[in-house]
Amino acid sequence: MEMTGLSLLTVVLFLPMVGLTILMFMNEEKQRNAIRWTTFGFSIATFLLSLLLWALHDPANPGLQFVQRNDWLPTFGVSYYVGIDGLGLILVLLTTFIMPLAILFSFTSHIFEERGREKLYYIFMLLLEWAMIGVFVAQDLVIFYIFWEVTLVPMYFLVGIWGGDQRVYAAVKFFLYTMAGSILMLLAVLYVGGQAGTFAVPEIVAGVQAGTLVFPFDGLFSTQSFLFLGFLIAFAIKVPIFPFHSWLPDAHVQAPTAGSVILAGVLLKMGTYGIIRFCLPMFPEASVAWAPVVGVLGVIGIIYGAWVSYAQQDIKKLVAYSSVSHMGFVVIGIFALNAQGMQGAVLQMVNHGISTGGLFLLVGMLYERRHTKDINAYGGIWKALPFFGALSLIITLSSMGLPGLNGFVGEFTILLGTLGSDVLGITFALFATLGVILAAIYMLYMFQKVFLGELDKPENQHLHPMTWPEVTVLVVVVVMVFWIGVQPAIWFEMMDSSTNAIVDSVAQFTPQLTAMLR
Amino acid sequence: MQNLALIAPLIILFPSVGAFINFVWGPKLNERASAIIGSVAAGATFFIALGMFSYLTGNNFQPAIIDPPLLDGWLRIPSANLEIPWQQRIDTLSVTMLLFVTFVGTLIHIYAAGYMHGDKRFSRFFAYLNMFLAFMLILVTGNNFLMMFVGWEGVGVCSYLLIGFWWDKPKGEGIKNANAARKAFIANRVGDFGVLMALFLTFWTFGSLDFFKPTEIANPAHYEHLVHEDDSHAGEEDSHSGEEGDDHGGEGEGESTTAQTVALSTDTTVAQEGEEDDHGGEAAADDHGGEESHSDPFGFYVNNDHLTYNQLGVFGQAEKLLKLGEGETLDRGDGTQVGRTVVIGSWTTDIDTVVSLIALFMLLGAAGKSAQIPLFVWLPDAMAGPTPVSALIHAATMVTAGVYMMVRSNTFFYYADEVSLIVTIIGGVTALAAGFMALGQWDIKRVLAYSTVSQLGFMVAAVGIGAYAAAIFHMMTHAFFKALLFLGSGSVIHGMEHGHHHLHDHGHGAGGHGHDDKAHAAAHDSHGHDSHGHDSHGHDEKHDDHAHDDHFDPQDMRTMGGLSRRMPITYITYVIGAAALAGIWPLSGFWSKDEILADAWRAAIFDGKLSGYIALGLLLAAAFMTAFYMTRQVWLVFHGEGRHDAVKHVPESVWQMTVPLIILGVFSVFIGFVNLPSDPGVSSLGLEAVFGLHALTDWLEYSVLHAHVGAFEWLIALVATGVGLAAIFLGIRIYGGANPLNEKNEDPLYVNRGFRPLFVFSNARMYWDEAYDRLFIRPFQAIARLLARVDWDFWHDYVHDSVITKGFNGVAKILSQPVDNGLIDGTVRGVGRLVKGISGVLRQAQTGYVRVYAVALLVGVVAVVVLMLLPVLQG
Repeated sequence: MEMTGLSLLTVVLFLPMVGLTILMFMNEEKQRNAIRWTTFGFSIATFLLSLLLWALHDPANPGLQFVQRNDWLPTFGVSYYVGIDGLGLILVLLTTFIMPLAILFSFTSHIFEERGREKLYYIFMLLLEWAMIGVFVAQDLVIFYIFWEVTLVPMYFLVGIWGGDQRVYAAVKFFLYTMAGSILMLLAVLYVGGQAGTFAVPEIVAGVQAGTLVFPFDGLFSTQSFLFLGFLIAFAIKVPIFPFHSWLPDAHVQAPTAGSVILAGVLLKMGTYGIIRFCLPMFPEASVAWAPVVGVLGVIGIIYGAWVSYAQQDIKKLVAYSSVSHMGFVVIGIFALNAQGMQGAVLQMVNHGISTGGLFLLVGMLYERRHTKDINAYGGIWKALPFFGALSLIITLSSMGLPGLNGFVGEFTILLGTLGSDVLGITFALFATLGVILAAIYMLYMFQKVFLGELDKPENQHLHPMTWPEVTVLVVVVVMVFWIGVQPAIWFEMMDSSTNAIVDSVAQFTPQLTAMLR
Repeated sequence: MQNLALIAPLIILFPSVGAFINFVWGPKLNERASAIIGSVAAGATFFIALGMFSYLTGNNFQPAIIDPPLLDGWLRIPSANLEIPWQQRIDTLSVTMLLFVTFVGTLIHIYAAGYMHGDKRFSRFFAYLNMFLAFMLILVTGNNFLMMFVGWEGVGVCSYLLIGFWWDKPKGEGIKNANAARKAFIANRVGDFGVLMALFLTFWTFGSLDFFKPTEIANPAHYEHLVHEDDSHAGEEDSHSGEEGDDHGGEGEGESTTAQTVALSTDTTVAQEGEEDDHGGEAAADDHGGEESHSDPFGFYVNNDHLTYNQLGVFGQAEKLLKLGEGETLDRGDGTQVGRTVVIGSWTTDIDTVVSLIALFMLLGAAGKSAQIPLFVWLPDAMAGPTPVSALIHAATMVTAGVYMMVRSNTFFYYADEVSLIVTIIGGVTALAAGFMALGQWDIKRVLAYSTVSQLGFMVAAVGIGAYAAAIFHMMTHAFFKALLFLGSGSVIHGMEHGHHHLHDHGHGAGGHGHDDKAHAAAHDSHGHDSHGHDSHGHDEKHDDHAHDDHFDPQDMRTMGGLSRRMPITYITYVIGAAALAGIWPLSGFWSKDEILADAWRAAIFDGKLSGYIALGLLLAAAFMTAFYMTRQVWLVFHGEGRHDAVKHVPESVWQMTVPLIILGVFSVFIGFVNLPSDPGVSSLGLEAVFGLHALTDWLEYSVLHAHVGAFEWLIALVATGVGLAAIFLGIRIYGGANPLNEKNEDPLYVNRGFRPLFVFSNARMYWDEAYDRLFIRPFQAIARLLARVDWDFWHDYVHDSVITKGFNGVAKILSQPVDNGLIDGTVRGVGRLVKGISGVLRQAQTGYVRVYAVALLVGVVAVVVLMLLPVLQG
């Protein structure tokens, strides 16, 4: 196997680990501020370096860039193999963008007054960042699997230690569900690796495309389909695709605000990323065959998530269920298996990260002040915190998919792709588009309950004004909301060639397969 | 003057900047500054609109397509052939909209400066108004459906914010306002669902969402006519096309039509090359840039022969496809053929079906925005917003967007006969039903709201019968007289409030008449400091002893009467507006309504169209209702005796409010003459010498392909006028007395036993809201609760507890039993201790799960090791 020198990507990946190591040697009591700023500094440095990645990235080249590959367990064909294409880049950027916001927000959080262990918290944050970047850059199935599993550990503790009243239940549930999926994925990984003689994804995909590596396929239940499902179920739990979503409300509601932001902003995207990166190109026939089934689950998710969301009395739960709905859009976009749907889906991952991450920040800020997530405890907050109210409105509208803001661009492109898809089509689009109406219903319900009406509850009348970290993170979120909404072409350009390569790798199997299935 | 079109982006920029200033610095500005910034920004848009008008008249009505600077396109996915730019279109249709939107908008800004005086969110109000104007102008100037949709939903958000402007009013009033705002947005979203579906189908059928491409002519036939006309008097068109020839090919001065064709055919290649190089939108910008250096910036294309099928916009392509015969194909321009068959994904169909579906989905969208059955229910509730908002958004501008979209897409509706019939029925029934509901309302603004719904029904029905120009004409006249009526009602409401305040101060003996001004000012102040409630503000502070004040509603016509003597300017302008609305000759409403009716008549009689008969019948009945409820309103409000003491103290409104009324009044009289029908005879009063005949239609025909000139039908004009006069006569008979209401303030129609059920039905708004509540809202909420319960109790608890947890524990037990006391258990405990060491907080609850957790990890590790070893063992 070839050896390559140190790639910029490896630097980006391991920078949080450097920060983590430094944190280990700091004194929790005496250096509280230093701990905070070190963590924040490293997350910002990681972000800036990932911007450098973007600057050096060649969008015309659909292949992997910034590749680094070193033998690790040569006997088993396992190597430290990292690299990114446009798809990986956009998700790395999302990760490194969300992390400083989550960390900065934690500065003003009250959780440490109750639970302490601030240093450990920031250590987990950096560990999480490392693992999440790892997931998006790993090109070896075993490495990917390790990063995938490692993300669980810090999240488990973030929820379990700094979460709400039912944090342990939620943390364990989160862990169990993901583990259950992971085991299936592990089996599939090992089988694929055994067949291919390597765990390097680009080589496996090349083999599949060239026909030198064959996972036998003859219908919905065949070897290839089972491998596909092994990966898919693991990813579906993470996304989550209906009906695997029941861990999500718990994890979201119980997680500390920063945890919810990261969960919604990045962790859920690992699932949809996995589907695009692994399921589609490695098992193209099974992907086409199963697309309508997954598409139906996606559409159910859109409508079901929105409908359930409307009935919630807990704001955080409401936002959590809205994630199910939003991620349903991403899922049908992917399984539209055309350029519009796929690129819309990838952009929608980013948009959801920003908008729903923003919503969780808003809920967190309210919670910091009122220590309740009951929607009925609020009302008229716009009067108490005018600037906060205005920013909240923008983020709410972005989440509803208002044209001109980010959410719309993704949704529109996804639905456009769905309607023109060879495998989904107009019926899917018709039902999925209903989600646009439902989104307005539950989002405006929430906005009205919290922000409008008379400011009549005495405990709401004297809320602490916004702190500077709060203003900063929200303003950054709102700027992104507008930027992506008005100039999305930049992002499409970034991923165009690489997502197309993936779409093409599946599309070549579509005609014969649709013929066969008929 | 040729590059005048390049300033088009400013029309959006100015109100955006105005909104931004008032948003950011508004709280620090005083009222005067906020109002001036807002009004100047609005006024600037009107002058730019005038500039656009003069640009078009100076350039043979050639549309301009402008790419705003600094923005690099919008939605662009090259590999998916998706290219949707930020691009403005200046053509006769968009400029028509621009002119009346910005003119009425500016007047309403000025009016609002007086009306909103004292409101604690004064600057915020102007920020919203400016923001609304910006979105409305995006809506009408967008050159593609998606940009139109940005404006479309943007104005929806502004409408949401403005309906709910007083969201913090006490006693649940605020929540009521917020509910009305939410209802409006959600009803519109249902319509937007339709628009989105129409857009998706459009994109996959035509590969683009652009209305027209640069250099494309919307209506070649209209130019053909122009060329021949000018040919005969050898006029400027020749020289224009000649210059065009110079510009591109240097083919020389064309002397005749044939020479022009030659000249233009040379253009073809040049233009095509430009297209291919620059990708549509940018080509236009480049054209501009390039042409600046030449003496003649704009070419003069008389048709689209220079463009291939693929280079046409949505409507150009649709025209060509719809005219194809069965089995015929035409060249796309890239060597491939296109026929009537349309393939969208796995769905194969033909062009007629697709176009009908698109039109049908658009109708749903229009029903939302233009408040038609079944989605109109939001508009009457939208009156919860401040009155200038009702005038601007919910009467003159935003609600016409649905009609605008349909007229813009007239190609689709023209060819979709069945859908057009549905459009006619929807519009006609809405016009009649809303007219009926208007006559039983007591709230002065609600009457006008239902009237607006009814008039929008006229416009929609006009689209249904193919009278596209008439629809726009009525939209325009309606914008003037309905804005006038709303602003007049605002003036009345304002006056009633002041009268009411005055009454209090008087009653408390706060001073004799000499102190009137002071007392008035004080009342005004309190009016500003607590919420700007129309219904019940102020009095709860200190005047609770006034029994009759408790239910004082300044919008309730039962408290009015005899206001003509108190506010003469408001009265006269209001009567003008009402007469225009009722379609009284020769006011503006007469001409526009008559054109729709005459078109319906001709569709019925000459073309034998069912839609013509339906429209004629329903709309004549609706016209009767219109004249009747307006008579009722004018007499209840202005005539007879005052039914409340407050009336005696009502002042005329301030100049900021009356001046816009007067201006709108003048326009409501004369604006109808801009589109006189052909052969008006004496009815035009000879004013065609000033305005010409069907000037508006001629102008619109450059952009609206299927527009046609309306002819005067004496029969229809006389019947319609007769119907209107009869209704007015009847109205005066019923409501003309000193006090038409009985001692219980009941309507004469209610008192009459025969009419009572009808009046009750009308007053209850035909129970639409109740029906929707039962049919949709409550089931929706019930299902939401049910799903939430199922989700939590079944998916979340039951499946987790009994399937997943038990399963895991079972597996864990099986795996851990045989070596329970051995190495593995020790490891498990070790892991447990480690976890405890890290987190004391987790200690207690961990006991039950740590095993599962650890064993699960262990299973994973073992599986990895075993499976990794397998290939090695095999090998």
